[in-house]
Amino acid sequence: MAKVPVQLTLNGTERAEFIDGGLTLLNALRDRFGDTSPKGGCHQGTCGACSVIVDGDLKLSCLTLAETCNGAHVETTAGLAADGIQHPLQRAFLDGFAAQCGFCTPGMIMAAKALLARVPNPSRDDVVEAISGNICRCTGYEPIIQAILSAARSNSQNAA
Amino acid sequence: MELRKNYFADERKDDLNEIGHSLQRSDVPNHVTGRTAFFADRTFPNLLHLKMVRSPHHHARIRSIDLSEAERHPGVVRILTSKDVPQNLYTILILIQVGPPDEHVLAEGKVRWKGEAVVAVLADSERAANEAAAKVKVDYEVLPAVFDMLEALKPGAPLVNEHHGQNYYRYDSGASRKVRFGDVEKGFAEADFVLEETYHSSPIEQAPTETTGCIVAPEGNDRFTCYTNTQAMFFTLDNASIILQMPGHKLHMVGGTAGGGFGGKVDVTVEPIAILAARLTGRPVSFIYSREEEMQISSPRAAETITIKDGVMKDGRIVARQVTGYTDAGAYSRHSPYGAQKGAAHYPGPYTIPNVWVDTWCVYTNRTPSSAMRGFGVTIADFALEVQMDKLARLIGMDPLEFRFINAYRDGDMKAHRQPTEGAALIECMQEASIAAGWPVAERFMKMSSKRREA
Repeated sequence: MAKVPVQLTLNGTERAEFIDGGLTLLNALRDRFGDTSPKGGCHQGTCGACSVIVDGDLKLSCLTLAETCNGAHVETTAGLAADGIQHPLQRAFLDGFAAQCGFCTPGMIMAAKALLARVPNPSRDDVVEAISGNICRCTGYEPIIQAILSAARSNSQNAA
Repeated sequence: MELRKNYFADERKDDLNEIGHSLQRSDVPNHVTGRTAFFADRTFPNLLHLKMVRSPHHHARIRSIDLSEAERHPGVVRILTSKDVPQNLYTILILIQVGPPDEHVLAEGKVRWKGEAVVAVLADSERAANEAAAKVKVDYEVLPAVFDMLEALKPGAPLVNEHHGQNYYRYDSGASRKVRFGDVEKGFAEADFVLEETYHSSPIEQAPTETTGCIVAPEGNDRFTCYTNTQAMFFTLDNASIILQMPGHKLHMVGGTAGGGFGGKVDVTVEPIAILAARLTGRPVSFIYSREEEMQISSPRAAETITIKDGVMKDGRIVARQVTGYTDAGAYSRHSPYGAQKGAAHYPGPYTIPNVWVDTWCVYTNRTPSSAMRGFGVTIADFALEVQMDKLARLIGMDPLEFRFINAYRDGDMKAHRQPTEGAALIECMQEASIAAGWPVAERFMKMSSKRREA
């Protein structure tokens, strides 16, 4: 099968790979770029575990073709901690018992990050809407909602 | 966190090191950074993908299997049938004496539920495996199927599983697991009221976000490492050892990290065939359920039908309880004989009833095999018997919470399955719940204790 070149910036680092046409961004990230933080829970766009940020927008990487991301900036949870310092969302998920089995967590954090970039001081309804595409089977969602609201508060305190 | 001292204060030491403190989960730092290694986060060169061809019928005889077109599909490396499996007949709990073996790793002669594994296709890519699997031709003779437990128990019903010889699991106590305590007929004769109700539940899928699967890597010297998300590492090891006819020291199971399970990952459905595939091809093998398979193929909580007959006095005492419970195992035993047995011991609930009669049945039907899910065997039982408690309270015009105080078990009471009650705390829990819920009960109930009965 003919290979397609894909060059993208993954968590701030320029990367390039030759991939099979039709490969999803999820499989490209996991199998070719070596970033296994996005998870494949359904491969049909319903669970949100594969959520990543592409050029600032939240995307389901299992429904995104890797070749459409040529030149894009791709962010995943693996790149969130800068120089070993946890991101406020990571801190809030840790402190708030917002992760149990951990499988939905990377996607959930990406959904939250995309929300906070757009709405720095979200309401509870904003948070519920923002994670409505991300399924968690362990927590019952409430600790996750509280963690995202808490991260937003600590962000605004830091900004003040 | 507040630790209350108004209950059992004389039994408590206050040298608690962990209780009362908030502790961070040890695995969460890696969860929030995406570093936690789930089994599918490992990759190996030359990885093969296993795709299972499954039965489209609930019950059918296999006349023939034609692999010729599938074998010619580009990328296909090998296709496995029942003949390739060293010990094809197994049952998961055989080492704890739940038998006989009643299930084939790959179907042999017959399929007994829609979704049963028939043929395993191994290919260089997931896509090639899926495409080739669609080219496997299986000629079926469709047989009558039975989906309802009570229908399955009637004379003349289609026989689901020949390894049992009848459509129920035979316990050492006979066709059902039995509890006999006191004289239930005498209790009903003495009762002011008798209430009989039947409760039904459907199968429930655990639906973990990570689907069932494993990746197997050959390690040389006929040894294999199996990275799995099983919830039952030792069932997996011993069943793989039996099915593959290989000593356990050649099988290295690596697990402990599951993206949710809730009981849905205690069966042994992927590891033995994936290890066999790696052994026969010499290549690493990945076998991961699709989301569709997770929802349709992995075993759910069993459907149950429960009939509860209670004799109750006007003063609130339950004097007799008779229960017949049916657990739908689907086509194979898996963990359901054990689940049905748990139910038998559980049906009196946390109540002291002097006359109890329980029969629980584990029934075979042509439905998806059921197995473990969060408190299987007792969760649906609790639903049924607590709804029954509310109905009984209503029948005699009593507050449902006060009704439970009257019947609550206390330390020293003999339970129906002949275990004396120890360390009961139901009354104290209900006292606290009464306050928390703003559902007051009479003073005499607030003065009750699990430790002793009132004079």
